[in-house]
Amino acid sequence: MRFKDVFSIIGPAMIGPSSSHTAGAIRLGRVARCLFGSRPEHADITFYGSFADTYQGHGTDLAIVGGLLDYDTDDPRIPTSLDGAEEEGMDVTFRTSRTPAPHPNTARMNLKGGGRELTVTGASIGGGNIEISSINSFDVKFTGMYPTLVLSHEDRPGMIADITAILRIWNMNIGYMDLDRKSRNGEAMTVIEVDSPISGKLAEQIRSIGGMQEVGVVDLREGES
Amino acid sequence: MRFRTLQQLAALCEAEGKTIADLMLEEQAKESGRSPEKEWSTMASYYGIMKEAVRKGLTEDTTSRSGLTGLDAQRVNTYLGSHEASVGEEACRAMAYALAVSEVNASMGRIIATPTAGSCGIIPGVFVSAQERFGWDDDHLVKGLFCAGAIGYVVANNSFVSGAEGGCQAEVGSAIAMAAGAMTELRGGTPSQAVHAVGLALKNTLGLICDPVGGLVEVPCIVRNGFGAVNALAAADMALAGVRSAIPSDEVVTVMYEVGSAMPEKHRETAKGGLAQTPTGKKIMSELNLRRKKP
Repeated sequence: MRFKDVFSIIGPAMIGPSSSHTAGAIRLGRVARCLFGSRPEHADITFYGSFADTYQGHGTDLAIVGGLLDYDTDDPRIPTSLDGAEEEGMDVTFRTSRTPAPHPNTARMNLKGGGRELTVTGASIGGGNIEISSINSFDVKFTGMYPTLVLSHEDRPGMIADITAILRIWNMNIGYMDLDRKSRNGEAMTVIEVDSPISGKLAEQIRSIGGMQEVGVVDLREGES
Repeated sequence: MRFRTLQQLAALCEAEGKTIADLMLEEQAKESGRSPEKEWSTMASYYGIMKEAVRKGLTEDTTSRSGLTGLDAQRVNTYLGSHEASVGEEACRAMAYALAVSEVNASMGRIIATPTAGSCGIIPGVFVSAQERFGWDDDHLVKGLFCAGAIGYVVANNSFVSGAEGGCQAEVGSAIAMAAGAMTELRGGTPSQAVHAVGLALKNTLGLICDPVGGLVEVPCIVRNGFGAVNALAAADMALAGVRSAIPSDEVVTVMYEVGSAMPEKHRETAKGGLAQTPTGKKIMSELNLRRKKP
């Protein structure tokens, strides 16, 4: 099911004017911000499809930057987020692409800072709901509306068992899982949506698994992060 | 959720002797793992934001950043105070309130997406005017939002609710259907009558394209919200009178999906067709582009 609950239909509370082009764009930005873990120094944003055609009129640029600054969908600072980015020292560039995207409202965000780089691609699918489709060239899907673990690790036997063994100790129920790898025995990424909040301690235990490279946590639920 | 179709939703409610709103609240709490009280309070806060948006749209300056729209709600509201409205006083008030919320949205104010921002005026327009008219307490309207949400959940998962995917029928059409079904239940209709209201309403917006002038959620979106509120009241009245949707509502939802999937890209929120590409639409767009390029 693309839409999971009543608040994906009634809601979010948001600053206008467009749920797909404004609220959804904020959430795309926030997912990227969560995964990056801090405010990036540079953000290079590419818009596709309807985003490319109408992003200025809908304030999609203001919204995605607001998301990267960790604003929520109803933050009154959204209309002035570009000033906010300047004050916080985040340099932003926008591009549009004519390359066909899987969904008409797609954005790609390339973030740099502190010697790190991250690329997140996702789409705004309506009513402020989003679907992430790719992280650093791994094809992984998730919505950000559940507590989500985004794990970069070696592709080796037993890795999933090691991860789920820890989730089991914490009594965490998995609602959805996705996995992609670049090559056999190479780099892999696993995305796990769970039903209860992910603590720092749990993330730390997963980080200590042999062959685990990075542990990202995303949780966009209003008032619960 | 235990339902995927409107038919299943109505059947579950009737078998368990519940309203759509009660069933939705229970299912929502199960899905989220939060208490029904917590989910209720979130929805109640959303209704508060809706009422505030109506008030703001009727009293404050809602001129949009483009300058294209604003203050139409106040025009209609003033007219209502001095004239006998052709659609009747109550429908005219619902229309004014729907315009008010949509204008707040276009001027980057705070609203609730129902199901989207482009269609955010219809449910508050119908609900807030009905609350005043029938003297309902807030709790009754919060129930109405759970009912509307259940309907929207089925429509969204079997079709779509974004203009970019399925045209305006997916946004304004879905919102009218949700408001119509909820209004039917709020006025004492059965779950089955509420579901008929959905089919009746949706049939009236099939094929509606998304053609925003300049790519902005302003023209024609705002007036379509005003019309939408009136249509929702009409569909609720038909359903309460016993009119049935001869084509079952779930099949109408499927038609919306079929029509939206066949809709050309230029009519799906790209501003490349329809009203956006009329001589006046193009002129507005080029004026906006000129203004944007200025430092």
